[in-house]
Amino acid sequence: MSAEPAGGAAAQAPDAVRMRGIHKRFGSVLANDDVDLRVRSATVHGIVGENGAGKSTLMSVLYGFYQADAGSIEVFGTPVKIRHADDAIAQGIGMVHQHFMLVDTLTALDNVMLGAEPGWLLGRAQQRVRVRLEALMQATGLHVRLDALVGALAVGDRQRLEILKALYRGARVLILDEPTAVLTPQETLQLFGVLRQLRDQGTTIVLITHKLKEVMALCDEVTVMRAGRVVQALPIAQASIEGLAQAMVGRKVQIGRSSSAVRPRGEVVLQARALQARDALGVVRLEGIDLDLREGEIVGVAGVSGNGQSELLDVLSGLARPQAGSLQLGPAHFGAQRWLDPQTARALGLAHVPEDRQARALVMDFAAWESAVLGYDHLPRYARHGWMRHRGMRVATASMMEQFDVRPRNPTLASSKFSGGNQQKLVLARELGQAPRVLLVGQPTRGVDIGAIEFIYIQLRAMRDAGCAVLLVSSELDEILALSDRVVVMHQGRMAGALAIADCTEATLGLLMAGGAA
Amino acid sequence: MSTGATLPRWADLLLLPVVCLGVALLAGAAVVALVGQNPGEVMAALVRGAFGTPRGLSYTLYYATTFVFTGLAVSVAFHAGLFNIGGEGQALMGGLGAGLAALAWSAALPAYAMLPAMLVCSMLLAMAWAAVPGYLQAYRGSHVVITTIMFNFIASSLMAYLLVNHLRPRGAMAVESAAFAESARLPSARDVLGWIGVDWPASPLNASVLLALLAALGVYLFLWHTRGGYRLRAVGASPGAAEYAGIRSRRTTMLAMALSGALAGLVGINEVAGVSGKIVLDFVGGAGFTGIAVALMGRNHPLGIVLASVLFGALFQGGAEVAFDVPGFTRDMVVMLQGFIVLFSSAMTYLVAALLARLLRLLGPAKVRHG
Repeated sequence: MSAEPAGGAAAQAPDAVRMRGIHKRFGSVLANDDVDLRVRSATVHGIVGENGAGKSTLMSVLYGFYQADAGSIEVFGTPVKIRHADDAIAQGIGMVHQHFMLVDTLTALDNVMLGAEPGWLLGRAQQRVRVRLEALMQATGLHVRLDALVGALAVGDRQRLEILKALYRGARVLILDEPTAVLTPQETLQLFGVLRQLRDQGTTIVLITHKLKEVMALCDEVTVMRAGRVVQALPIAQASIEGLAQAMVGRKVQIGRSSSAVRPRGEVVLQARALQARDALGVVRLEGIDLDLREGEIVGVAGVSGNGQSELLDVLSGLARPQAGSLQLGPAHFGAQRWLDPQTARALGLAHVPEDRQARALVMDFAAWESAVLGYDHLPRYARHGWMRHRGMRVATASMMEQFDVRPRNPTLASSKFSGGNQQKLVLARELGQAPRVLLVGQPTRGVDIGAIEFIYIQLRAMRDAGCAVLLVSSELDEILALSDRVVVMHQGRMAGALAIADCTEATLGLLMAGGAA
Repeated sequence: MSTGATLPRWADLLLLPVVCLGVALLAGAAVVALVGQNPGEVMAALVRGAFGTPRGLSYTLYYATTFVFTGLAVSVAFHAGLFNIGGEGQALMGGLGAGLAALAWSAALPAYAMLPAMLVCSMLLAMAWAAVPGYLQAYRGSHVVITTIMFNFIASSLMAYLLVNHLRPRGAMAVESAAFAESARLPSARDVLGWIGVDWPASPLNASVLLALLAALGVYLFLWHTRGGYRLRAVGASPGAAEYAGIRSRRTTMLAMALSGALAGLVGINEVAGVSGKIVLDFVGGAGFTGIAVALMGRNHPLGIVLASVLFGALFQGGAEVAFDVPGFTRDMVVMLQGFIVLFSSAMTYLVAALLARLLRLLGPAKVRHG
């Protein structure tokens, strides 16, 4: 892949985006510290860095969500002031957010038109938009059913629609924020094809990601950020995955596969049979799920987000009740009529590290020492005769923070003030501290920096080695492969396959995740 | 991401309310000046009226007592994530409960049995009244804001109906019940201070003020030192996390509304047992709504609520004095001042906080705090 744009004339073209000396401070945190960014016209430019490295802040400054405290921006050689997203759009900058900004109850066509209606009469406007969009789809190869409701579109379609929307508004620079987080490996390849084509047609693409493989596969140039600064900017020909990872973290990182040594099979401690669950609208979320968890193993649940993994965790932890099925947890048996509740689950030695840390695992407004007893406030250590024992709670929190290296070590700080990684360590400390027999873990490293990921992996492996049965749900294939002894794949609420770790490759898992046969 | 307006805790709890109050008073003073009055004179008259005489002070504390009850009621519900607008109706029901108990038993029972019976009855009836919206919210999904507002109207109509058609003594013209026997009267401040030899003027201030302080202490202990309070706050601060923890949020909603109602019902003790000695029409007089302002200003903490109640009590009492003393100054001006205080200590707090944070940073190199 060449760092030079195609065509001789384009080589002299001004840079698509040039940011100089960008400073942005949030309270005491310097999110961007003298950041320079140079994105050449008609290239794919990767911006990589850990969570909190300042990538999103930088792009938010470019897109007008934040104003920089200092620094200048040029777009195609012209100095610009970008105060709102409107200014950015007027300069030809478009953004595809990680969480799509679409109205589910409108059609794809209406979503593109929303806020950019070419006239007062909607019917006529729709016709004009449709003509232009169809031409655009033809030219770019981005095809979406324009009359379908967005709520009925697949995730990949929605993403294509977001890109179309940006292009329709005249985007010559397209910012994509973690675009592959919700895609299967196959959909990712498809997306990359489209992006390459757009680049060849002259669109400049800025790709924010933390997946280095994707950077190597797609980008022409890459900028690495760490702790608010740019630490590296180089053409892809000079980059390597190892080098980029080291630049991102600032040291060497070891997150390998777990050893493939065959372990003795322990006893089954959790046995789910024929689980079936529907959501409030009656849509089937789980269907015919059979699952065994044995002592001393980590079972990874792979799958594209939204294929029933979250519902599986909810049902197994007692947060939701299934419509049918049964569960054997240790000595206790549950049927769909009398399902377990979270307190019963805890009493039976089941701990749960939920996917949504902010909404479930911690009460963000509570101080750390109050969040640290969530779900365990009945323990005699924390409460006696209905009265909370503040000293016991604080002492326990301090020792959790010590053991799991939660920083800052301040039990009185509000839970929301800790970084994602430190919040997660606190949750793990609380859940693992009860020496559970079964551990359910959802997205353990989402929003967590690489240093903490290593630590969390060590803790999960230690639990497994201590005889705990671990169920790991993750949308990161690398994570599943790094931790699991056994992998099950979910697709549309069903078990699409089960593999020993030795048989797992990204290709086989990807195929199962997409609904194909192994 | 925050916008950088992070105040140190001490400034957040102490400095900010004081500054907000100051800004509100300034705005009020500006309006007073605009209508051609001397702001300094008006403020002085207000403070003098509220705190300058034993009688004025008594009235201030009497109003404050009622506001503590309604303010605590709002805050308990608020900590469970519920906005209880129904303090007005719940307070009416509290008075009705106390009054019915007194009408039924005051002739027969001595004070030491009668007064606790009134306390229990006022709390129980108000609790039941608040529990209905609580139930509708928890199990039927009807929004508690809407239902509590409706219940205010129902309570008010029910009260009028009962007084006119059933409780009014035969032949009496006034819409009020018969007077209770002496055993159903709470001792007034004059009585209590008289026992220890202090001469105090007659006023509506009565022993309920101690009950208000006890209630504030009780709410504090409940919310921050019991499992029930911990769970209630967890449900309010993060329903998802509470569900994850296995806390039954529906029960907690019921509990919070019942407690909230019981606290509002204590207004009935202050007014019916403490002052009027009979059930009268509309004795709450908007205190249920003032309780919302008090809770906002007191940042939903019992101590803050007690302080804010005294402030609002002083405004009520001092305002009345000013309207009497200063020609051309009406009670409406006092209502306006209350409006400014509510505005600046709730809606505008974040604006003031941002300015204050910037000011503090200018004044001294702020210590770097880990985030």
